Amino acid sequence: MSDSDLDAFRAETRAWLEANCPPEMREPVRDEDDVYWGGRNAKFKNDAQKAWFEACVAKGYTVPAWPKEYGGAGLSPAEAKVLREEMSRIGARPPLSSFGIWMLGPALLHFGTEGQKQRFLNEIARGEIRWCQGYSEPGSGSDLVSLQTYGEDKGDHWVVNGQKIWTSYADKADWIFCLVRTDKENKYQGITFMLYDMASAGVSTKPILLISGSSPFCETFFDDVKVPKSYGEDVPAYVGQVNRGWDVAKYLLGHEREMISGADGGDRTSAIGAAMLRLSGELDPVLRAELAQFDVDALAYAAMGEKFLDEIKVGKAHPAQPNMMKYAGTELNKRRHELMMAAGGTRALEWDSEETGGGKPSRNWLRTKANSIEGGTSEVMLNVISKRILDLPGA
Amino acid sequence: MPLYYDDDQVMLAETANQFMGEEGSIKNQLRHWRDRNCKDGFGHGLWKQFAEMGFTGMLVGEEDGGLGMGQVEANIVLEEIGRNLTPSPFLSSSVLAATALKHGSNDVRGRWLPDLISGDKVYAVAIDEGVKHRPERIACKAEKSGNGFRLTGKKDFVVYGASSEMIVVAARTSGSDGDADGVTLFAVPQDAAGMSHDSVRLVDSSMASHITFDGVELDGDAVIGEVDGGREVLNAMLMAGRIGTAAEGVGVARGAMDMTVDYIKQRKQFGKLIGEFQALQHRAAHLYSEVEIARAVTIKAAQLLDGGSEKADLMASVAKAKVAKVAGLAVREGVQMHGGIGMTDEYDIGLYMKRDRALQEFLGDQYYHANRVAELSGY
Ligand SMILES: Cc1cc2nc3c(=O)[nH]c(=O)nc-3n(C[C@H](O)[C@H](O)[C@H](O)COP(=O)(O)OP(=O)(O)OC[C@H]3O[C@@H](n4cnc5c(N)ncnc54)[C@H](O)[C@@H]3O)c2cc1C
Ligand SMILES: Cc1cc2nc3c(=O)[nH]c(=O)nc-3n(C[C@H](O)[C@H](O)[C@H](O)COP(=O)(O)OP(=O)(O)OC[C@H]3O[C@@H](n4cnc5c(N)ncnc54)[C@H](O)[C@@H]3O)c2cc1C
Repeated sequence: MSDSDLDAFRAETRAWLEANCPPEMREPVRDEDDVYWGGRNAKFKNDAQKAWFEACVAKGYTVPAWPKEYGGAGLSPAEAKVLREEMSRIGARPPLSSFGIWMLGPALLHFGTEGQKQRFLNEIARGEIRWCQGYSEPGSGSDLVSLQTYGEDKGDHWVVNGQKIWTSYADKADWIFCLVRTDKENKYQGITFMLYDMASAGVSTKPILLISGSSPFCETFFDDVKVPKSYGEDVPAYVGQVNRGWDVAKYLLGHEREMISGADGGDRTSAIGAAMLRLSGELDPVLRAELAQFDVDALAYAAMGEKFLDEIKVGKAHPAQPNMMKYAGTELNKRRHELMMAAGGTRALEWDSEETGGGKPSRNWLRTKANSIEGGTSEVMLNVISKRILDLPGA
Repeated sequence: MPLYYDDDQVMLAETANQFMGEEGSIKNQLRHWRDRNCKDGFGHGLWKQFAEMGFTGMLVGEEDGGLGMGQVEANIVLEEIGRNLTPSPFLSSSVLAATALKHGSNDVRGRWLPDLISGDKVYAVAIDEGVKHRPERIACKAEKSGNGFRLTGKKDFVVYGASSEMIVVAARTSGSDGDADGVTLFAVPQDAAGMSHDSVRLVDSSMASHITFDGVELDGDAVIGEVDGGREVLNAMLMAGRIGTAAEGVGVARGAMDMTVDYIKQRKQFGKLIGEFQALQHRAAHLYSEVEIARAVTIKAAQLLDGGSEKADLMASVAKAKVAKVAGLAVREGVQMHGGIGMTDEYDIGLYMKRDRALQEFLGDQYYHANRVAELSGY
């Protein structure tokens, strides 16, 4: 695509956003209900959220880089970047947030059958089904491949028994993509990547309260859950092959890490020193120095994020690079919130005041501590970089 | 513009990588000249080869006989210079002086650029007047005198000053030390009467001068750009120099990191390769992440400068500060992870540590630039 075509696309995009993105959708996300997750029971917060979502669905902009036949807009990498830039220029909120878009979708695009793509990708793009991720178990966190949830083969279906933990939004999700052991003899090649309805008999969830005082996480229990092997012609209930779900799981984790890294995080990576000065009126010189050092790191990381996304689109990035982005991005985000607490002083300690929007600073600060745990811990990221990128010896 | 090299730039990087790795290698250049206590601190033969490769005049416009390339291309060469610790006047002559001269009149460009491009002469820049980089303050004075100027004052840390046929000097033609206005740039020939060099060898075995100007008489045509309006040219020169220094620092960081990672894959202790110890793996992996980030922001800054973006100045400081932090980490981890051997002169890792220290100070250290980032961001 030539530069002038891209310029034309930019102008067109700008005009489209101007016409379709309501002013309310250009405000920073403040609350959980500012984020639209879709799903069977989804409700829009207001008309603006609904209008913005529907306009994007019609245009394929909930998943701009996916092919048109699966609900996307079929944008080229360069066009997708222009759209991202134009959206971030006006501060447009994502029209739809979902694990389907960030995680399952990319896995299906890579491993799915045509039938699965037609069905599930379109549902995801239109926000019809909300997905959750069933990976971790009480005894299998970092050592995920040791998972025990077992699916017994009954011919045309499995009977699944076991427990998952930390399943984000399991109580709000419609379907789960779930790692299930289907061969007890084979550690790596005995796991199947299954898709099933959370409304199935035998599925139950129990919330887990976090230190931030909120509870989007669950323990998820499977008690003789019957999972059919197929949902119709060319729509198997598993992705990839039976017993080869680990390949899918790893591929998907790459996308999860990319998402958590905040590489594409807009104002998460902009300078914070000036904002902190406004908040506290005066900055201790030592704190100012730390903020300056932080801004150096954050602005540099933003450039890395841009480079990473550019490279990944043309296949120039090392396949293990998302681990590095996840590590660096999440450590940086934790540091950001430590500094924001310090700059916020006693005001930032308030847990339920109106001024703090119900304790936003402290709750966000606490929530970010999970960034370097969820989706693989920082230590595990460093292990992966050591082995897969630096090629250091040892198991 | 995507944040990676296009095909031409990839080709340039391969060429520069091969050239610097062979001709400009530590053994052939840095150690060779250092062990002979060379008074220049670099080899003129190699500099001639730089010219043959088309590197010397890459930032000079085509109308002046150069290649009319940009900062991204200069940075590609600088990264390889850093990786191989190749001593050369590329940064001072082909980046800093060239950037200043580009702003000169036809006469100034015609007088100095051909020799810069051909590699026959090398040039230096004189900005700092104390032990830390403070270009906001220029005290060195150039008073009107006949048709020209009389230059009086002192400059420090003039890299390769004594080997340079011409020195770009930032001096004050009006106002007082801290004023933005009233600064003028001059092209001062080496043989100017009244100029004396106190040339010293630095920790990295490069050479730098303390220069004293004792009533140096300059013609009016020594002026580069506008009289009293030199700050803009000075800033353009500093920006190119800072981004270039960051690129060389990225090369130093990568060179040190690669050596270290290779070493811990070979060295055995406790019956194992030390690279198997997680205590070292995690530090190496952290270092890798930081080096990648430093490299990304350096490419970004160069692209912004080439694109004429107003964000280039901020990003130049971000890049310089980030690279300084990261290259410092790379050389410290490098020496530590090598254990005792890293302390020996025979082994190269210490040379990276020395070069990094000099680059840290050149055109502002990480603290100077982090402070600048804060100021430019409004706090
Ligand atoms: C907020 C949040 C949301 C989550 N959402 C989901 C979800 O939606 N779906 C889902 O399936 N899971 C989810 N998780 C689970 C998450 O993936 C796990 O918590 C994570 O993989 C770590 O596992 P663990 O908690 O068992 O810790 P452990 O594996 O027990 O680790 C404990 C500590 O030991 C360290 N450690 C472990 N192994 C090594 C090693 N080899 N080398 C060095 N250090 C090591 C870890 O880094 C960590 O610091 C979520 C977790 C959180 C906190
Ligand atoms: C200036 C100097 C003076 C000295 N003087 C003397 C002297 O007078 N007499 C004498 O006998 N010796 C002397 N030594 C030697 C010194 O004791 C050794 O250099 C030191 O014990 C480290 O051993 P090494 O150099 O072989 O490094 P290595 O053991 O090869 O270590 C290389 C790196 O690997 C790391 N490493 C090694 N094993 C592990 C592990 N299990 N887990 C994690 N990391 C690991 C080390 O910390 C180091 O970073 C001197 C050394 C120096 C530099």
